[in-house]
Amino acid sequence: MFINFLIAAVFAGTPLLFGTLGEILNEKSGHLNLGVEGMMAMGACAGFMAGFLSDSLIIAIIAAFLAGLFGALIYAVLTITFLANQNVTGLTLSIFGVGLSNFVGEYMLTNSHTTSLKLPAQITAQLSNINITGLSEIPVIGSLFFQYNPFVYLGIVIAIICGYYLNHTKIGLNLRAVGENPGAADATGIKVTKLKYINVLVGGGICGIGGAYCSMIINGGVWMSNSVNGLGWISVALVIFAVWSPIKAIFGSFIFGAFNVLKYYIPKTYFTIPNAFYDMLPFIITALVLVVTSIRKSKENSQPASCGVNYFREER
Amino acid sequence: MNKMQINEPLFRTIKRKPRSAREIMRLRMFALVFALIAGGLFVLMIGYNPVEVYSTIISGAFRSKMAIQATVKFMIPLLMSSLGVTLAFKMKFWNIGAEGQIIMGAVFASYFALFYSKLPHFLLIFIMFVAGFIGGGIWGLIPAFFKSKYETNETLFTLMLNYIALHVITFLRDGPWKDPGSSGFPKIARFVKNAQLDKVLGVQFGWIIALILVVVVFVYLKYTKQGYEISVVGVSQATARYGGMNVKKIVLRTMVLSGGICGITGMIQATGSDITLASSVAGGVGFSAIIVSWLANLNPFGILIVSFLFSVLEKGSSVMQSTFGLSTYSADVLQGIILFFILGCEFFIRYKLVFRGYHSKGGAK
Repeated sequence: MFINFLIAAVFAGTPLLFGTLGEILNEKSGHLNLGVEGMMAMGACAGFMAGFLSDSLIIAIIAAFLAGLFGALIYAVLTITFLANQNVTGLTLSIFGVGLSNFVGEYMLTNSHTTSLKLPAQITAQLSNINITGLSEIPVIGSLFFQYNPFVYLGIVIAIICGYYLNHTKIGLNLRAVGENPGAADATGIKVTKLKYINVLVGGGICGIGGAYCSMIINGGVWMSNSVNGLGWISVALVIFAVWSPIKAIFGSFIFGAFNVLKYYIPKTYFTIPNAFYDMLPFIITALVLVVTSIRKSKENSQPASCGVNYFREER
Repeated sequence: MNKMQINEPLFRTIKRKPRSAREIMRLRMFALVFALIAGGLFVLMIGYNPVEVYSTIISGAFRSKMAIQATVKFMIPLLMSSLGVTLAFKMKFWNIGAEGQIIMGAVFASYFALFYSKLPHFLLIFIMFVAGFIGGGIWGLIPAFFKSKYETNETLFTLMLNYIALHVITFLRDGPWKDPGSSGFPKIARFVKNAQLDKVLGVQFGWIIALILVVVVFVYLKYTKQGYEISVVGVSQATARYGGMNVKKIVLRTMVLSGGICGITGMIQATGSDITLASSVAGGVGFSAIIVSWLANLNPFGILIVSFLFSVLEKGSSVMQSTFGLSTYSADVLQGIILFFILGCEFFIRYKLVFRGYHSKGGAK
């Protein structure tokens, strides 16, 4: 029972992990991108449709990545080059992305002359949980670590790469400098604009992959509108919970995933806590984390200092 | 010298002379035209005639008395909540929690609609207004308190409060306020006639309140001491403090007002349009309001125009669905495209791009 709960938490947390990692890259470059929901939705649509048409998981993931990247590109051009307000641009991207995703989904459905869009056989097999002979059969450990779908491992690998990149490479250090104080970073010769573009775009792409998880896994391979359904917003919250660390984001997203499935695993006979409370929990905890970090005023556990403020070279 | 030129970026951004109001207006019109062209390309791409689609949207919003009433119905919550968030934005307080404030206003007002429905009609409506204001006001006060005391990031905090509020409704719906008479999915009972807003010209009288509010907010921001304080805090908190203003008090007061107006929006939406407390009472309006307010440059009369245009788009796209079979999400796509263009155009109002080699022509370097 408990093992099943942990496994369910990992499955529920994986889309959040992608969204969170994407947003961490955005915020580390000084851009509070509220468009995660939209970029995930665009990835959800592109990933599903590419998978539906090509029957290949690799192509689906690439398509989702590119769709998320496209959303991020709109955001990047407007906020980095055109210095538009980050909050408004991000919100618009969310509304636009979700609208576009649902629109294209319904358009494809109408034009397919079928009642539902279902992923073909080959990609469904690729999406199913892996089974490594020898490892997956080990009791408890096998089912806890070696029996997930490919997305789960991809997410963890990306998280580790991001963690290494941010904390142990020179370019990662440069990026953090840009996020904290772009003027100072610029003065030391760091190419601020280029770094911002790269990270916002890649971050958007990672969000897109998370969207593909929503559309291809959560609904069992059948296209549904609004498959992301707020997970992008939870991801924005999760960035705070994970205190801007990709490695902590792994655990954070699985913990949030656990909140999402908790209501199915607590025996109803002992507790009669309403379901709504469980759904509220991630947001309450995030709000608390936000308040506590601001009270403690800890520098390393807070948002990159320039986040939300565009960098205009002549005003540094 | 040569090395300098190689290192110079392809283009760079510099501030330009302030443009005249007419020039700004013309730029925005250009942006709108470009946005409509881009939207048209999108429509063309999926195999429809853009001219036909656009004219369907416009005629769809005005084709009958019913259609106009529906358009106004879309407009009421959008206009009111846009006015609400404008107060906060003027202060550079990023209240993206309109969604939650609308919900809490609706929740507080619904309590009286459900349990005190026997009160005299006008007294009940008045109490619900006050309750709506208080509900939204509290939801605005919480982030303002933490912001002014601990500098807690208000963008993220108000965002979280949206979702907490949303689940307050689902909690009430599934539990204490569940309509025992409903079968199937749990829902909250329909309000009795006594607890419904009256209609004027076929539409709930919220539209009159919304129009009055446009003027009130305009006057408040432009001609009152409090409105002046808000704009000073928005420009610079240090200046405000130096001028002897109690910044903390101003922030708290303005957020109560901002949240309170959104709360009244929720009350009007629940008792005037939905006639019950639905979890979709805000339904994304709180987010659209931020965009409307920004597009209108925080000007109440501008907000009136922009929210009207958005409502036409919203209503028109529902007609587009019945005519062309295109989903109503096309409204969101078009809204997004238009806003992307306007956001982009704002840049050219304040800055200009200078390409490589610009200075060498002038002989300055």
